[in-house]
Amino acid sequence: MAIDIDTARKVAKLARIRVEEADLPKLAGQLSGILGFMEQLNEVDVTGVEPMVSVTPMRLKRRPDVVTDGNIQAQILANAPDAREGFFAVPKVVE
Amino acid sequence: MSANSWTIAAARDALRKGEISAVDLTMACLTAIDAGDALNAFVHKTPEIALEQARAADARLRAGDAPSMCGVPLGIKDLFCTKGVLSQAASNILRGFKPEYESTVTAKLFEAGAVMLGKLNMDEFAMGSSNETSCYGNAVNPWKVDDRLLTPGGSSGGSAAAVAADLCLGATGTDTGGSIRQPAAFTGIVGIKPTYGRVSRWGIVAFASSLDQAGPMTKSVRDAAIMLQAMAGHDPKDSTSADLPVPDFEAALTGDIRGKVIGIPKEYRMDGMPAEIEALWQRGIEMMRDAGAKVRDISLPHTKYALPAYYVIAPAEASSNLARYDGVRYGHRAKLAAGDGIVEMYEKTRAEGFGPEVQRRVMVGTYVLSAGFYDAYYNRARKVRALIKRDFETVFAAGVDAILTPATPSAAFGLGEMADADPVKMYLNDVFTVTVNLAGLPGISVPVGLDGQGLPLGLQLIGRPWDEAGLLNYAHVLETRAGFVAKPEKWW
Repeated sequence: MAIDIDTARKVAKLARIRVEEADLPKLAGQLSGILGFMEQLNEVDVTGVEPMVSVTPMRLKRRPDVVTDGNIQAQILANAPDAREGFFAVPKVVE
Repeated sequence: MSANSWTIAAARDALRKGEISAVDLTMACLTAIDAGDALNAFVHKTPEIALEQARAADARLRAGDAPSMCGVPLGIKDLFCTKGVLSQAASNILRGFKPEYESTVTAKLFEAGAVMLGKLNMDEFAMGSSNETSCYGNAVNPWKVDDRLLTPGGSSGGSAAAVAADLCLGATGTDTGGSIRQPAAFTGIVGIKPTYGRVSRWGIVAFASSLDQAGPMTKSVRDAAIMLQAMAGHDPKDSTSADLPVPDFEAALTGDIRGKVIGIPKEYRMDGMPAEIEALWQRGIEMMRDAGAKVRDISLPHTKYALPAYYVIAPAEASSNLARYDGVRYGHRAKLAAGDGIVEMYEKTRAEGFGPEVQRRVMVGTYVLSAGFYDAYYNRARKVRALIKRDFETVFAAGVDAILTPATPSAAFGLGEMADADPVKMYLNDVFTVTVNLAGLPGISVPVGLDGQGLPLGLQLIGRPWDEAGLLNYAHVLETRAGFVAKPEKWW
């Protein structure tokens, strides 16, 4: 399926990646090419096939639902671009 | 022969006999690394850490408490989080990121006494097959046949270049669609992707979580066995890590494969495949037969759908995994204009931080997961994936022990040669390797010969789930019979 410029704009928005208007036609073309490549999957008869959900047929390990660490606020914030008073700081979200 | 060019096995024996100290071995590598800047393989050098670890290894060696990896100098792919050391996944969005924790794989290697020389170049977020999407610039293949600089492959291109150029004894790699095996083939070294779940993914920057698996990249099959031993094992911190005993991989290298059944899949004979690759494959088949294996023609009928299925599933998972890079918790945040809110912060940060290939894949993933297309693309791809896995299960159930295929559709190509190509053309590099990730199987690339220009070519062996031991033994037989000893001529 061909991706038009409006769809490319919408996908960029959903992906939270800023794409300049001038770059949208090229992006739409590339996405169309990649999706066109995927169209081959329509040749496969998948009737009655369950989508694969786990790579190995094993039950995921469980552990008791208890706290296993904590009190590492400084470590958590150490790499933040902007941390203040023990919090991650971001532009104002609500007026 | 300078110590940096030794195999891990040779270094282990020399270290234990006291013929060399871990410090001297490490110094030999650090010297080679400084002389190898033209390869752009090591992007963060950690000589202080290396020498401290080497001194500790020497103390263990003197005390007689020396596991196989003790004192062995390694390069670590930039995708692995290493405590206090830049770990940027070759992306500008992780610029300056110094993890507060150690990945399970590197922690296990360090517990076993291994020495970290530094971090290695790679494609950004492991997305690429030529190491050309890296924020550090291209890694360069030490192999050269004319004036052109060649790609070492990708995504573990820095790892492959570093091992092939003897800057280190071995390196960690990761493989989501071929990222260990393709660069290993392009540089004439050995690379194994273990069964999904054999090696913990904890602390490795995630690309596509159902496909990613770490493994060793080394100068010999024996080295791969030794290094994988130290990397493998159950980890409670990775819920997909398998709680299974890890066999003694090196002990499995008996060289005896008499009576074993090696499958040759007809679907891997691609249209337009170079005659040299076909001839190499035939030679590999003869080597297995000479060693007493039974060679059987098999069919894996859904092979041609592996790449399109992969390029739905991997970007879908990547778009979810990479949602965390939002300029809040770590890495890069864009400078904001007056009045910019949080959405502008996300959008500008991600536009500046992600390179073009990563942006494309995140957007493809976003599209195939979006309402209205989820069934048509993502669910269909997962169904096709189930069929690809079933193809393998069918041949293994029919008695096939391992499968022999080419590793790559070509030898290493020139850096920049694919710049104007359609992104899909680059994806074709993974055509022989990607099925293995989709099915969660172990696969290994072994250097077998040189092409007409003098560039290395590899063959791939694919094993049964959890049979890395058997797989390494088949690979050992192939390696021994191929007798590949060529090394790149030093020009850097």
